[in-house]
Amino acid sequence: MTGMIRPISTGLLVLLLANNLAAETGSRLWATGGVTSIEGTAGGGLSPWALLGGYASDEEWGGTLTLSRAETDDYTLAVAGAGITWKNRIELSLARQTLDLDSLVFTLKDGFGLEEDELVQDVFGLKVRLFGDALYSPWGQWSAGLQHKRNHTFTVPEAIGAGDDSGTDVYVGGSKLFFAAVMDRNLLVNASVRGTRANQGGLLGFGGDRNDRYEALLEGSVGLFVTRQWLVGTEYRQKPDNLGFASEDDWWDVFIAWVPDRRLSVTAALVNLGDIATLEDQRGAYLSLQASF
Amino acid sequence: MRYPAIAMVLVTMLTFAGCQSMGKNSDPPDSLYHQLGERSGIASIVEDLLYRIVEDPRINEQFRGIDVRQFHTNLTDQLCELSGGPCTYSGRGMRESHEEMNVTATQFNALAENLILAMEENDIPTGAQNRLIEKLVPLYPQIRNL
Repeated sequence: MTGMIRPISTGLLVLLLANNLAAETGSRLWATGGVTSIEGTAGGGLSPWALLGGYASDEEWGGTLTLSRAETDDYTLAVAGAGITWKNRIELSLARQTLDLDSLVFTLKDGFGLEEDELVQDVFGLKVRLFGDALYSPWGQWSAGLQHKRNHTFTVPEAIGAGDDSGTDVYVGGSKLFFAAVMDRNLLVNASVRGTRANQGGLLGFGGDRNDRYEALLEGSVGLFVTRQWLVGTEYRQKPDNLGFASEDDWWDVFIAWVPDRRLSVTAALVNLGDIATLEDQRGAYLSLQASF
Repeated sequence: MRYPAIAMVLVTMLTFAGCQSMGKNSDPPDSLYHQLGERSGIASIVEDLLYRIVEDPRINEQFRGIDVRQFHTNLTDQLCELSGGPCTYSGRGMRESHEEMNVTATQFNALAENLILAMEENDIPTGAQNRLIEKLVPLYPQIRNL
């Protein structure tokens, strides 16, 4: 965890600077932009929500800047992301994921003769709000999105049996806030279906020797607003299992997000990523800082 | 202060706010009406809400020229009635009164934000705030003329 301190504190400075440049945010109510997922779009940590990033309401522009970091037993994932939302209708996002292979370096060297110590992927996201409002519509808010992902280097995914170095996930999801639902607290519920060929989110390539086709997978989360500034919840994300080299597990986490005002959010989570590329039972901590403008 | 006339009326209203108590009644202590401070508490929230509206460039134009005292009474009665209090809202229907206003989602959100901040200013507990908003959400399509 000590490795997290320096990049996070540097990140905080960047975010505070960004905050000072943009005092005005959009008009949607606090925390209704969610936080930023590891794939750059508005969501929880692991899964997109039907909410669009930032606080732009129907006459406004808005956006987010995010730095996130997850450290599990054998891996470290760093994500830098940015998103922009137009009139609470369209969200465009960009995320760069860097996975430090840490322990896997030795497996790759001994087993495959590969000298790679990190995997880098870019995620280009588009999300469109189809209809509804998460707060005010009885049926909630529904959105559809794309995530186009590109590996920077394909050597490792190829060696372990992945078919392609790029791929596009498609998803449809709904989000609904139930007011005064549990102990008079507001409950946010999100569910989506994702069509994907991505191995470990795409960091291990797309498709594989065991399965090369798109699969429809479920993702869901619930969060309870203890106050309007504190959200606690849990997320679950089903995963494909395309590679014969190593089995892939579903992801889940428990999270707490602090949204002191619209300009800043801080999210901490305990993540359970299961087995990743032969290294078993990857659990760890996740921290994400988001600035909105 | 961009609207000194409205501010004057608000200040005058403040003076009379104390006289509007509805007297004794026997609502249970966990009722929403009670948690909002009964009619006098609601009147105070609405008053703070009106100050916020006047200062909010997203929505103050929509309220220009209203009879502030009448609006204060009507909205107080409406929230009192919605929260289970012994009041009767006697203003116009929500759809009728907002028909010509073209209220945007931005403006609706701005009003919701100001209401929440006004409730916080009056130390209304989170649960009671949520319960009141829950009762107001069904009015959304009428106010936005959807």
